[in-house]
Formats: sequence, structure tokens, C-alpha cells
Amino acid sequence: MNEEILFSQEFWIAGGDFSNAGSVSTQIKAVLKDIGFDPRIVRRTAIACYEAEMNVVMYADRATVRLYATPSKINIQFDDEGRGIPDVEMAMQEGYSTATPEMREMGFGAGMGLPNIKKNSDVLEINSELGKGTRLDITILTV
Amino acid sequence: MELKDVIELLDCEVVVGGKNVPQNVEDVFAADLMSDVLAFTKPGAVLLTGLTNVQSVITAHVAEVTAIVYVRGKRPDADAIKLAEQKGIPLLASPLPMFTACGLLFERGKRSESGTGRR
Repeated sequence: MNEEILFSQEFWIAGGDFSNAGSVSTQIKAVLKDIGFDPRIVRRTAIACYEAEMNVVMYADRATVRLYATPSKINIQFDDEGRGIPDVEMAMQEGYSTATPEMREMGFGAGMGLPNIKKNSDVLEINSELGKGTRLDITILTV
Repeated sequence: MELKDVIELLDCEVVVGGKNVPQNVEDVFAADLMSDVLAFTKPGAVLLTGLTNVQSVITAHVAEVTAIVYVRGKRPDADAIKLAEQKGIPLLASPLPMFTACGLLFERGKRSESGTGRR
């Protein structure tokens, strides 16, 4: 079923760019709020995006983010180039982390990222290839 | 409890005033780990933290935290102040340690309604 696309946009995130970390998520939040989605849906999406964005900044080289919004769902794909996740199952466990002290100083890197994304999304697909990158496909149902 | 009561109770310096801020404090959450703030706060909560960088303000904006109280005499850094001014999020600085600040709020009847880690 092809649904009307209310909005679509591409964003880019640079790995290691801690000073701009969070800017894509705040842009996405503003767009979804402007469209008029339920504030609880906007908040959940923003939280999932922010964790995913921090993961890119902390672990990957760069990423393309694609946002699609239809009346019934919001879909965000984080497609990064980078080291990939060696063990996705381990990374999904709360508290499992490979973060450096620098990452922890930012208030992140405590092994909560992927679990938080899963908690706030209705469907989460993770595909990762070592040495190539990781693709997160986050879907949040709006109705 | 209103934000001005928190300011008085915790002896806060108002670093950024914020604008159009809901004055009623719905809930309080205390953490230095921003992932925990994202995972457990309710919208409308006041955040007590020792993390002073810009990520504290982005986290507050994303999680719809009403105001941030920096504890242990810490002050937000320049980037945090700039973003808080843009987003209209009040930043307060308290000389009190986290434990004392939480204790004072609790004593005044403030109970956290945020989620627990239990499931």
C-alpha cells in the first residue's frame, strides 16, 4: 500500500563531530512537530534519533539519515560507514558498552543506546557488517 | 511545586532564565548519564545533573525536560548556555551536592514519577 508521503528529507552526520552531535535529531524533532504529530510520538522519535545520532558520532565515520513521514508512520534510516557492530546481540543488552572515557564524559556510552532506541520504536531493524558499517531502520507508528 | 520554589530551595543562581516556561514542576529526575534521562524521564520534569556540556541541554530539549539544575557548584559551559537561550530552557546552578538537592526536594513532598529500571 502506497501512502501519501507527508515529508521526506536527508541529513548527514560526521563521525567524531561531538560539537554538532544532536543537531540532526533536533531538526527532525522540529519537522515532526511542525507536521503536527502527537507530542508523545515526536518525543519518542526524537529520543530514538538522538541515541542513534550519538552512536554515529561516537563510533562511525559518517552517516546518511533518511526521514520519511506518512500519516500512519515515521521511518528513519541511519546508514553509516564505519567499523560496524561485532556482536549485535551483545550491543542490544543494557550496560554492554565499548565506549571510551571521552564518550562517557559526554553523558553517553553506558550501553543504553540501542536498548533505548528499541524501547522508543515500534520496529527496529539492525544490519551491520564489520569494517563496512551499520544500518538502523527505525519505524514509529503514529496511529 | 513551582520552578521559583526550586530556585529558592536549592539556592540556585539563574544562569539562563528561559521564556514561556511552564512554572509547575511536574517531576524531578537526577542523573549524570544522559541515556538514563532519555530512557526514564517524564515530559515536564526538572533535571538535576552534574553534566555541564551541551549534551545536557540537547537531552533536555529532546526529552522535554522543563529546566536543568546543575549541582555541586558546577556551571554549564558556553555552548550549553547558548543553546539553552535558543531553546528557551532555564539553566540553574546550585552549590548543593546532588544528594542534598534531591533530599531537600523529597522533603518538600516532591516524589518522582519517572520510570524505574524494574520490569
